Amino acid sequence: MKLSIIIDNFDAASSVDQVTQHNNQQAQRKAAMAVLAHAEAGEIAARLRNFSLPAHQHLRMPESGLVMLRGRVGGDGAPFNLGEATVSRAAVRLASGEVGFGYTLGRDGEKARLIALCDALVQSRDHGGLVERNVIAPLREQLMVERRQAAAETAATKVDFYTMVRGEG
Amino acid sequence: MTTISELPPGFADKVLSAQSTFRSVMDAMARPGSVRRIVPMAGAPGPMMRGTAAIALTLFDHDTPLWLDARMAESPDVVKWLKFHTGAPVVQDCSIASFALVSNGAALPPLDRFALGTNEYPDRSTTVIIQLESLVSGRSFELRGPGIDGVATLQASIEPFDLLERLRLNEALFPRGIDVVLVADDAVVAIPRTTRAVSKGS
Amino acid sequence: MYVAVKGGERAIENAHRLLANARRGDQSVPEVTLDQISEQLGLAVDRVMGEGSLYDRELAALAIKQARGDLIEAIFLVRAFRATLPRFGASEPVDTGAMRVQRRVSSTFKDIPGGQILGPTFDYTHRLLDPSLAEGFVPDAPATAEAATAPTPRVTDILGRDGLIESSPQADDGASVGDLTREPLNFPADRDLRLQNLARGDEGFLLAMGYSTQRGYGRNHPFAGEIRFGEVEVEFFAEDAGFAVPLGSIELTECQMVNQFKGTATEAPCFTRGYGLAFGQSERKTMSMALVDRALRARELGEEALAPAQDEEFVMSHSDNVQATGFVEHLKLPHYVDFQSELGLLRKLRQEFADAQAGDAMKEAAE
Repeated sequence: MKLSIIIDNFDAASSVDQVTQHNNQQAQRKAAMAVLAHAEAGEIAARLRNFSLPAHQHLRMPESGLVMLRGRVGGDGAPFNLGEATVSRAAVRLASGEVGFGYTLGRDGEKARLIALCDALVQSRDHGGLVERNVIAPLREQLMVERRQAAAETAATKVDFYTMVRGEG
Repeated sequence: MTTISELPPGFADKVLSAQSTFRSVMDAMARPGSVRRIVPMAGAPGPMMRGTAAIALTLFDHDTPLWLDARMAESPDVVKWLKFHTGAPVVQDCSIASFALVSNGAALPPLDRFALGTNEYPDRSTTVIIQLESLVSGRSFELRGPGIDGVATLQASIEPFDLLERLRLNEALFPRGIDVVLVADDAVVAIPRTTRAVSKGS
Repeated sequence: MYVAVKGGERAIENAHRLLANARRGDQSVPEVTLDQISEQLGLAVDRVMGEGSLYDRELAALAIKQARGDLIEAIFLVRAFRATLPRFGASEPVDTGAMRVQRRVSSTFKDIPGGQILGPTFDYTHRLLDPSLAEGFVPDAPATAEAATAPTPRVTDILGRDGLIESSPQADDGASVGDLTREPLNFPADRDLRLQNLARGDEGFLLAMGYSTQRGYGRNHPFAGEIRFGEVEVEFFAEDAGFAVPLGSIELTECQMVNQFKGTATEAPCFTRGYGLAFGQSERKTMSMALVDRALRARELGEEALAPAQDEEFVMSHSDNVQATGFVEHLKLPHYVDFQSELGLLRKLRQEFADAQAGDAMKEAAE
């Protein structure tokens, strides 16, 4: 086997790995954001309090604005504009270079900043595991408990209608 | 490749800086030919001047399609910076642009390729922002029209050199037409569609 | 025509002070909090969010408090507020099929996959005033049951599988979506604009329009295929992050009306449909919306369009209660100059009339 082939294959393999790694990390970031967006700013802050935060700066100061919410015609057709929602966002950069983005419904800029900070930490080799264990996982568990309770309450209102067939009996 | 974290910053104080810049541009539009200064400063990427950067941060947003000339579009920093700080969508077709950023005036497309507005909505035209060397030296031009008491004199190194002749298309189009903003560093001059110009030579 | 007047600043200022006191009411009664409004008058908050076209419970609650419970005034306040904020962009379309359902009923099939779920509803209550609610009422804790894990597909998806119902119109990715907050309305308007207009339209107006179709003014033979209410996740493609980021969830109500079928020589007959979607728990609103959406499709479906609910210019131009109240209520502003000119004209006409009568009388007397 020629050396160049080895090199070519090595390159191809490593770039595929990089793509997979990138996708994995993106999925992980999204999963963390999905939990954080449902938490209160105070809850995130409380979980971060025991954390020795690395140096970081604000790339985008927290700001509030609007996002137009879209639905689909018939639930599954072409999109249409339903109405807007307030949204806050922020961006944070760790001294080690990771850039985190925070987006959330509502006007709580501090919450957006905390989400951005967590998103940056999630990407960090030094802090990723810790933030997942100490911040995201407990908040996710709490969210799941709330959702299970709501689902159980909803389930109790499930109804079986039965039609009375006329002329029988 | 420049990452987002290395891009030049936006305004330090968004609200006050945008208000101040808006005031400068509004005054420039109200008094065509007069030179106004843009005070608040933001970082400016690539070939973008600091005055242009401040105007972009003030006037561009998600709802203003933006056309870039080749020199601007060639700079990845400009595109990334605009996207991050303003959210304005960059379009290839200048006839649907709310704003056009022109760094190389010599390559300005024919003005009738830009959006000219409609008779019902004359405001739906492209505002063309052209960067040039100087707004204090160069050829002299006489400007007349609303907002000018008699005649205003503008001295500028305008590129393309026949820009003001080209702007005569505004005469026939009114109320449709093109508004132009000239930027040199932190200085700004507006030539709205109602202004008529004659070159006096140098 | 309305002509501006000057003066009256002092009286206006004092009137607003009086309003602030009237709003607060008897100060020995505790002040209502935004949380109380949001938690205990939740359906009013839902309506203000929907017609104010802004999803933000806290702001809607504040608007209701400031408007003294006048919901149209509250909607006006919310609309004015939204105009002060920049828009970051548009969300990815929400997937109502993945809704965490809190209520879901169908009047077309009794056995639907995932089941019929009543949820928190006024249906089947006796509509008797309950004096025990007047004070200090503590409800029993909600009953619980094992939650089903089965998915809850839309009823229209089930009908669609057998081709029994028309499929939803599709659009290309990246096709522009009409937005009446950006572009003024032109007629005829496409369905995306019509649905946006109806989604922020006045509930009372839509209710009356929908009702009129049931009473025969543009009948379209509706069944409530499905009504569902619950939470959906919202994602927004963030240019800076480079992917669709989760924003959290919102509550929505969706109504799928299944309507009279159509068919042609080349197409097998199938049911047609009308669609309703609104913020919060807004069942009456979404049902009315779906009826009117279907009625407005008359032209597209080759039906005779003679009834008001089928006239899109009529419906869309009159559905917005902020526009409507602005034009109706402006009549109370000073129209003195206008009225003086009418008065002058009327006096002149009366004089001419009197002169003519006197002339006739003279003529008669002379004859």
